[in-house]
Amino acid sequence: MILSGWGRYPRLECAVSRPRDIAAAAALCAAGPVIARGNGRAYGDAALGVPATLDMRSLNRMLAFDDAAGVLVAEAGVTLAEVIDVFLPRGWFPAVTPGTRFVTLGGAIAADVHGKNHHKDGAFSSCVEWIELLGPDGAVRRVSLTEQPELFGWTCGGMGLTGVILRAAIRLRAVETGWIRQRATPAPGLKSAIELFEASAEATYSVAWIDCMAGGGSLGRSIVMLGEHATRAELGADQRADPFVRKRKRAKTVPFDFPQIALNSLSVRAFNQIYYGVGAWNAGESLIDFASYFYPLDALLEWNRIYGRSGFTQFQCVLPLAASFDGLTALLRAITKSGQGSFLAVLKRMGVQQSRFSFPMEGYTLALDFPIRRGTAALFGELERIVIDHGGRFYLAKDAFLSAQALRAADPRAADFATMRADTGTAPRFISALSERLQL
Amino acid sequence: MTTPAIGKTILILGARSEIGLAVAHAFAARGYAIQLAARNAAALEAEKADIEVRFRVPVTLHEVDALDFAAHEAFVGGLPALPDVAVCAIGTMGAQADNEQSVEATVMELRSNFEGPAGLFTVLANRMVARGSGALVGISSVAGVRGRAANYVYGSAKAGFTAFLSGLRNRLAKGKTGVHVVTVLPGFVNTRMTAGMDLPAKLTAEPAEVGAAVWKAVERGRNVIYVRPIWQIVMLVIRHIPETIFKKLSI
Repeated sequence: MILSGWGRYPRLECAVSRPRDIAAAAALCAAGPVIARGNGRAYGDAALGVPATLDMRSLNRMLAFDDAAGVLVAEAGVTLAEVIDVFLPRGWFPAVTPGTRFVTLGGAIAADVHGKNHHKDGAFSSCVEWIELLGPDGAVRRVSLTEQPELFGWTCGGMGLTGVILRAAIRLRAVETGWIRQRATPAPGLKSAIELFEASAEATYSVAWIDCMAGGGSLGRSIVMLGEHATRAELGADQRADPFVRKRKRAKTVPFDFPQIALNSLSVRAFNQIYYGVGAWNAGESLIDFASYFYPLDALLEWNRIYGRSGFTQFQCVLPLAASFDGLTALLRAITKSGQGSFLAVLKRMGVQQSRFSFPMEGYTLALDFPIRRGTAALFGELERIVIDHGGRFYLAKDAFLSAQALRAADPRAADFATMRADTGTAPRFISALSERLQL
Repeated sequence: MTTPAIGKTILILGARSEIGLAVAHAFAARGYAIQLAARNAAALEAEKADIEVRFRVPVTLHEVDALDFAAHEAFVGGLPALPDVAVCAIGTMGAQADNEQSVEATVMELRSNFEGPAGLFTVLANRMVARGSGALVGISSVAGVRGRAANYVYGSAKAGFTAFLSGLRNRLAKGKTGVHVVTVLPGFVNTRMTAGMDLPAKLTAEPAEVGAAVWKAVERGRNVIYVRPIWQIVMLVIRHIPETIFKKLSI
């Protein structure tokens, strides 16, 4: 069937199977090269396997929960949405969560996703106790920081290319409520946004919406949002009646593919103008529910359709701390000049991370969506060069355009990853459109 | 989910089926204790753990073979408690091509989808009548409404089961027994049984939708339900196509 990632670009004809148990998954692996796919939230071609894609969503059983330590053992197809539904009412929340809760545990580990607390708590791998991995020989291995730590390290952020993640144990965070104390601060330019982040290292969560259409003196103007899990005592009367946010706003669905004309530089510029204005107006402290704080876009199901039929892509890079200001300035200039900026742009300070192939590094990450149009590839080429020149790298879970050469220029670890794949016999067994494109 | 113990139990016959498990989830979410019954029940440990972790209700596993008719009484008698609700999701869908060429395959299809479920429900119904309460939910099929070339052996077995449920409902309602019968005609459902079929998305339900629909039907004492409302219209049309035309269609 025709498959795509969340960005709906590229679309490829893939042979898809849906194993319902581990034996079925093992049999499919033995039959030829495969790639595991979770809930399809990687934007590009990471979970597209032309010869065989394993749809892991039926391997979605929760197997054990340790109430004292907050450790959940579950199959790889369980989503963070399910984890929240089951465990938030008991006072637990994912220790690390990306901007959508519709990701599977297997996908979260394979992309080693990060959240708004990366500067403090690291990426998703920091809450993974162990992984059970189906290897190229059909054997299931348990890997962790102590058991086969090398394979564990390659698997976190390994984009499913070290084997099929079958099960994992993840540590949850104890919370008193499902509410977040948010403090929003407008930053009139990039320099002040960075200063705000640097002064907020103690905040549990921090993220900024950045206006990538504003040029000149307003280049990089942002709304920086800090967050803390609210304690029971911090709730107002309204929230106290529903401390774990059982009453949720009903999600809406985008009913059709928007025509291309709907998103143009005028509409995006107007949107950003208003968004910044409203954000600055509403600056200060507020209590908001976890879904609105962490997952604003999850409230709009199939929001990828607003980019129209031709799809979109997300550009996400991270720049080392020392080069961040210069690199971000160059990126924003190139984007404002192109007029192709989007309204979903995010800036975030990342913390130190030691990992073999995961995306994060200490510095600043910038993420923004672009509809696929004429000129998108050229702009991407320019952005790539800026990132490489500043010593930054790219997030493979979002990427659909990078060349194998550009990846190697940005990230010396790519060559090591490919060598590991050849040495371990995983290279011919686990193949995605991404691994082919990037020669991993 | 925090689930208050409510002292009620549901039995799922054919607990390996995705529809059966989805029904178990829907009831566990409301605090029901769960009895999962299937062949080779010991292999359902992961499903048991899943329900226990998610809903914190007790789950027990029970061996049952729908075609071992002599053992039906002992199976029901051996359950830790006579359930408040029993759902039969037992069924097979053999390849029509095999069924129409082989008497053995046809007989097996008829027995698994009709005789086995009817036998188990006979025993359960009589015990529930003796107690004076209960609900029986039969997962039948829209394929039983009119026989089609594509799957008439399966369809005729389901037609038999649908008629059995309707008659049982009539008997139990007339007798004011306190036992209610629900017939479920799910339409297409995204399961193993339909894997690889090219099904129209608007007509195809997820197993969880079936679970939610069964919960609602039991709560409200409904008689015959479809899962997606659009199937009422589809089946209205299919029922009314004259046979002279119907026999030439490939639907």
